[in-house]
Amino acid sequence: MSAALKVVRPGLFDTLQDLGRFGFMALGMPTAGAMDRVALRLANALCGNPPGTAGIEIGVMGPDLVVEADSARIALVGPLSPALIEAPEAAPKPLESDRTHLLKRGQLLRIGMVEGSSTAYLAVAGGFALPPFMGSLSTYARAGVGGLDGRKLAQGDVLPLTRERAPDGEDKKLGQPFDYGSGPIRIVWGPQEDHFSAEGRRTFISSDYRVSKEADRMGIRFEGPTIEHAVSVEKGGADIISDGIGPGAIQVPGAGLPIVLLADRQTVGGYPKIATVASADLPRLGRLLPGQTVRFTPVSVEEAETLRRDQEARIARAIADFKAARPPGGIDLVRLYEENLIDGVVY
Amino acid sequence: MSVRYLSCGDTAFTVEFGNEISPEINGRVMALHAAIGRAAGAGELPGVIETVPTIRSLMVSYDPLATSRARLQPAIDALIARGLPTGIASRRVAIPCCYDDPEFAPDLADVAKRTKKTTEQVIAAHLASPFKVYVLGFMPGLAYVAGLDPSLYLPRRAQPRVRVPRSSVAIAMDMTTIYPFESPGGWHLIGRTPLWMFDQRREQPVFLAPGDSLSFQRVDRKTFDRIARQVEAGSFDWATLIRPAERGR
Repeated sequence: MSAALKVVRPGLFDTLQDLGRFGFMALGMPTAGAMDRVALRLANALCGNPPGTAGIEIGVMGPDLVVEADSARIALVGPLSPALIEAPEAAPKPLESDRTHLLKRGQLLRIGMVEGSSTAYLAVAGGFALPPFMGSLSTYARAGVGGLDGRKLAQGDVLPLTRERAPDGEDKKLGQPFDYGSGPIRIVWGPQEDHFSAEGRRTFISSDYRVSKEADRMGIRFEGPTIEHAVSVEKGGADIISDGIGPGAIQVPGAGLPIVLLADRQTVGGYPKIATVASADLPRLGRLLPGQTVRFTPVSVEEAETLRRDQEARIARAIADFKAARPPGGIDLVRLYEENLIDGVVY
Repeated sequence: MSVRYLSCGDTAFTVEFGNEISPEINGRVMALHAAIGRAAGAGELPGVIETVPTIRSLMVSYDPLATSRARLQPAIDALIARGLPTGIASRRVAIPCCYDDPEFAPDLADVAKRTKKTTEQVIAAHLASPFKVYVLGFMPGLAYVAGLDPSLYLPRRAQPRVRVPRSSVAIAMDMTTIYPFESPGGWHLIGRTPLWMFDQRREQPVFLAPGDSLSFQRVDRKTFDRIARQVEAGSFDWATLIRPAERGR
């Protein structure tokens, strides 16, 4: 029998995602990909996978998965409180997030709710044995492509694994939760900041904007003070000849409220885009929940590029700082030795 | 002709050639799209991920970990200064279209009435239009194809349809399009092609590409059904749709 994780109860919006599908925007194909690229990278690194390996993006609530393999090492990254049911009828045992777990055949992993973020990630050592579409496993549900049959996970789905058993080695965990940064979301003005009045631009960077209920993988519609176009909407101030839409583009249609366009955004569009979110802050956008409030603050292109390079260095440091993780209920020998040494006790 | 560089954050910028819809401007967009593709393919533009041509501008997407705006913009200026080719080879494609079935062409009579033509004259004008694919977007494989005979210009329908069948051929404003998926739509449906504009089973799932010269070829319902069966079965030979390339626009 081939190795797999089987979905015995689906979550709300769980899709397979990698870092995105590039090279086909000219054909109208959105990039898709993980909403929080940092968390997926960390989950893959914990499992020893290459960074571009596809994992499960868990949206709001995750699935219950049964292990149909001799063993599987999975990593969960994000604010989750998962539980493991080791045998039928056994009581659920709480598991920690931000670390790997070695699962055995027949065990049931109950991922549960994501708390305080809209997304979390599950990676599995070796990845899923599914064919890429146009070079990527990222699910783009609107066209029904990528991932598993181009859709979110459903009851009874079987996710084939590349490995029949987990690789040897210890479980690992994050040294500390990744710091996504706080404060205003950094933006770069443009491409069409000149389609807005000076007052409109001032409103945009000096007001609180609240995530509305219309927030998904395509984008986030914000609520707050309206942003004034330079030319009245009646005279076409909210129309441009369609041009390309980059990740994090903030379009402002006639109603004057900003929409940040994310992973599943369309490739071109005809609304003016006042600004674009710095790529280092896109993972923060990918974690926002309806009702949360943000502010936007401008930086230059060069500053945004530097922010991204700094973030990459911090990801590399976080990976270098992975710690050995204690098996549930077991003794953390490494920690014991370290603390003993610090205390000056020698055997 | 000078260009404007518009920032799209730290992972893309747009090279804007103008603010109007014209074959000349779009020709330059497509020429830069091709020139960057060639240069990147030859390893001359490390960090460039892809380019997205639209009617009057080209978005250049890049990896800020591998390059920077400060390095790329002069490199692209240099490509433009070297001179963009004016007559890029354009692929000529012929799309079979059945106009005869009322189920396929629910708006044909209305278009005829509003343009003061017979339905046959509407079909003839659509067949004679020198179409060109300007941009793909909104949905994978959805092409905005300009060049519609001016006598057929109409605004979009006042009441968009909730469901337009896949492969419907439609017109609105100065354009025609083919719906790659069943989707909502406000254009006038005047025919249907047996082809799928997006077929994920194919190695190249999207058939049309920006820059293609396009014409429609009238087929009857019997031919439509025959081609539709081949497309469905995956046995259709798409190469038969492509005519020899012509130089220039």
